[in-house]
Amino acid sequence: MADSAYLPNSAAVVPATKIKTKSRHSGWVRATHWILTLCFFALLVSGIEILISHPRFYWGETGNVLTTPLFQIPIPSSRSMVPTGYGYVMPDQNGWSRYLHFEAAWALVLTGLLYGIFILVSGHLRKNLLPGKGDVSWRVLSTEIVNHLRFKRPSEAEAWSYNVLQRFAYLLVIFVMVPLVIWSGLAMSLAFVSAFPASVTLLGGQQSARTIHFFVSVALVLFLVVHVVMIFLAGFKSRMRAMITGKAGTGRERI
Amino acid sequence: MNEISRRKLITGGIVAAAGVFGLGAAARIAERHGLVPPDAGGIWGVGETLTYASQRLLTRHSLAREFSRSQISKRPVPNEMPPLKDEYKRLQAGKFVDWRLSVDGLVDRPGAFSLEQLKSYPSRSQITQLACEEGWSYIAEWHGVPLSQVLDVAGVQPHARYVVYFSIDPDWWESIDMADALHPQTFLAYGLNGDELPTGNGGPLRLRLPRQLGYKSVKFVTRVTVTDSLKRFGKGLGSASPEGGYAWYAGI
Repeated sequence: MADSAYLPNSAAVVPATKIKTKSRHSGWVRATHWILTLCFFALLVSGIEILISHPRFYWGETGNVLTTPLFQIPIPSSRSMVPTGYGYVMPDQNGWSRYLHFEAAWALVLTGLLYGIFILVSGHLRKNLLPGKGDVSWRVLSTEIVNHLRFKRPSEAEAWSYNVLQRFAYLLVIFVMVPLVIWSGLAMSLAFVSAFPASVTLLGGQQSARTIHFFVSVALVLFLVVHVVMIFLAGFKSRMRAMITGKAGTGRERI
Repeated sequence: MNEISRRKLITGGIVAAAGVFGLGAAARIAERHGLVPPDAGGIWGVGETLTYASQRLLTRHSLAREFSRSQISKRPVPNEMPPLKDEYKRLQAGKFVDWRLSVDGLVDRPGAFSLEQLKSYPSRSQITQLACEEGWSYIAEWHGVPLSQVLDVAGVQPHARYVVYFSIDPDWWESIDMADALHPQTFLAYGLNGDELPTGNGGPLRLRLPRQLGYKSVKFVTRVTVTDSLKRFGKGLGSASPEGGYAWYAGI
């Protein structure tokens, strides 16, 4: 660790609570975390803009203003053709939104691949993400759930690793939600599905893929909300410092 | 500076230099193999190039999905569009007998085709999806002649790289690379669901490009030009779309 480089030799005699030598998050995790955060916001904003041009959802292969929607989001549209019930049409933002959406998607996929390689090679996946053997028991899980429901502040040990619920949430995002949002996005691409038709038929058709893409995006936003709330509960300053500089807090904030 | 951080700095420097060099080399290779889209300048260039290059490598010969007759949408959506000009109305009044598709540029035999001539070639059909960049879609059966048939008749010259095509509406023109131009599903469509192609769907003649979004399927096509460079057309970005802020390549 780079941080150890400027530690005085007398580190050993410093009281344990004051040692800040160990990184809570490695450089790889911190860098990819913030790049992915940026990508996520770019995808979210551009995705909402694209959605505004047709805030109706369908199931199956096709869907348009002449067919019955599965549901409709009650917002005005940026196209006059869409019957929204509003008397006005929003400005068209699809050009830059589509450019940004796909550029951010590339950045997310490439950064995500680097992260994936890192967590496999470094042991981060095994050590910090996969739940420990003793953790997957009803006793541990129920204690953890009760602690969360009581908004109990995390224990000292959690300054160094993730708790079991946190691990499940991260694993769900990394291995289920993000792959599914990429898959359903690609399943809307006419050229991509010409080469891989099963990518869209398995999801039930092009409009089904679009609807799935929407719901997984909503789920990812919900994850983000919970994630940020938990950071505030655990101590905003110390957790932000840990993800920016890598240094774990000394616990002072929790008093 | 101590040993560890110096080593890190040197390693980081080497990695960064290799990265920059690698990117530069990749860009040159992509350019040579025609994998860089004409709107690759500016902040969206990296994303656009990655999308176009990867899809071109994956989909050069793949066929757009075709559907069964039972999947055809009850009503093919005539999208909103600007009012048609007098020139169109005049030709429409004459039942499009005087409609011409001119073919020029890098061809041995430039000329103009009437609808009757186009219909004299073997008629082909495809039941494909038309998807709009906004998110909606419909499935219809399109009848027409493959663009490649017309290009064969005109005799495309070997250094051709793109085909530019124009609507009677002067604000709507697009272009595609030769992989798309010669693709068997790229049609000059004159029929829809067993009937004449209605005005709302681009009649009497629409370029149908089922592996890209609807805005690349230009309605009311009057001219096709074969070229080796898109620099001379409009602002040189490939088509009217990038000039209006939309991507030239619309496979996604």
